[in-house]
Amino acid sequence: MTQATDVEPKEKQQKPIVPYLRLPQTPSDRPYLWGSRCRSCGAAYLGPRLACAKCFAVDDLEEIRFSDQGILRTFSIVHQSLPGVEVPFVAAIIDLPEGAAVRANLGGIEPDPDKLVPLLGTKVEMYAEKARVDKEGNDVIVYKYRPIKG
Amino acid sequence: MKPARDVYIVGVGMVKYGRYPEKTVIDLATEAVVTALKDANMTMKDIQSVASGNISSPVGQAIMRSVGQTGVPVVNVANACATGSTACREAYFAVASGAFDVAMGIGSEQMGKAGLLGAGRLMAATDPAYIPEGVLGSQMMPPVFSQWGVDHMRKYGTTFEDFARVAYKNHKNSVHNPYAQYQQEMSLEEIMGARMVSWPNTLYMCCPTGDGAGAIIYASGDKARQYGSKAIKAAASILTSDPWTETGNAILDINECTRLAAREAWETAGIGPEEMDVVELHDCFATAEMVHYENLGLAPDGEGPRYLREGRFDIGGKVAVNASGGLLSRGHPLGATGACGIAEILWQLRGQSGGRQQPGAKAGLAHVIGLTSACTINVMVA
Repeated sequence: MTQATDVEPKEKQQKPIVPYLRLPQTPSDRPYLWGSRCRSCGAAYLGPRLACAKCFAVDDLEEIRFSDQGILRTFSIVHQSLPGVEVPFVAAIIDLPEGAAVRANLGGIEPDPDKLVPLLGTKVEMYAEKARVDKEGNDVIVYKYRPIKG
Repeated sequence: MKPARDVYIVGVGMVKYGRYPEKTVIDLATEAVVTALKDANMTMKDIQSVASGNISSPVGQAIMRSVGQTGVPVVNVANACATGSTACREAYFAVASGAFDVAMGIGSEQMGKAGLLGAGRLMAATDPAYIPEGVLGSQMMPPVFSQWGVDHMRKYGTTFEDFARVAYKNHKNSVHNPYAQYQQEMSLEEIMGARMVSWPNTLYMCCPTGDGAGAIIYASGDKARQYGSKAIKAAASILTSDPWTETGNAILDINECTRLAAREAWETAGIGPEEMDVVELHDCFATAEMVHYENLGLAPDGEGPRYLREGRFDIGGKVAVNASGGLLSRGHPLGATGACGIAEILWQLRGQSGGRQQPGAKAGLAHVIGLTSACTINVMVA
């Protein structure tokens, strides 16, 4: 018998597109971004860190969970991109209350400057959705932000 | 870093930016070097140290095989879009340190029709499903520089039309620059109505890719006098990297590295932004020029759009910004750009800029941003 037939068919999984997006398996929890906070100066980073680029402390960082909500700092409506990238899309930068920022697409709104400009400086919330399917058939999950209504 | 002694620019050379499929990048660099040598009344025998900037390949020694194999040290430099200006800074410090009396910085690049930059790096993934571009915002150059413009919009209410006015001015200036890749004046309507690349930057608010080369010769005071050249003092040559910011996780910095470089430049040169008559700044996109007026201290924070509307940055205004047409018209062959900005300022301070001459120009600077992030500022005084 060949080894290949011994292998159980893999179950299709959900996989985060980046390591700092965590997808909890517990139904009561929701996807979130995690990172590191410097115990010396409070600077926050996405993902794991060995050193603080702000105060230069080393081995003094703790894991943190970032808030779901942030502030829309800036965006661009991208009309021209790489082959295979769907355009237009809204490429946004979100400020998080922990003192870091993230790069993400803005969803839940038309890519129209007249609608987007008034949202600058307002609250947005994170959500996760399937973006693509990988070579092994797993769903690739991304995080996005959308305006908070009201 | 303080120079140990004064440094002068004694010769510059530059080729017309464009697309030269029939030439090699060595051909272009050779033309720039030979022109700079003639301008300085020198030969390669006078050049004691060389720094060559080129992002695509380390061509410094190949350029020497074309212009003169003197056996002197040649260092190859790459620093994103600040590559050419970083090479010039190496040449500047070769002289400023006292190690050499004459040194040359070269910038060259052959891109052809490269299209949107950064594609190769962003597409590098073992499984394309994990490429973040387009599903996790963007790291491409047009959106990043557009985002910095919209950040200015959020803070100060800057408009799409304000940004378009930058391109209007620079395209208008380019008509007088025979070295520019495009010499075409355009109306505000044409600029705003052009194909949108990444809002708020339309096609005519984005710099073109292309081919180009420039060379700058630096010398000590003694050497400058000996060759009787039209020497201009290189009053400061600053290079910074991006300081820590809360947004650094998400978007490469262009503001704080520029502000830091500007502070160091004024301290080293002993003059300030109010004394600048001509400035070549890094307008890879129209939105970038707007934020750099304020980053360089040419306008108070938030006043850039008003100063631009009032014509203060026009040729003949308080300080002519991108009289050459800037990257928007002159073109942006990555490694060449930094050297050519320095050449433009030098010509201005010598009064050799023809139709794009800022009347009575006595002091100026060339500013470049490389997105990794790097910022160079070269201050020159007549």
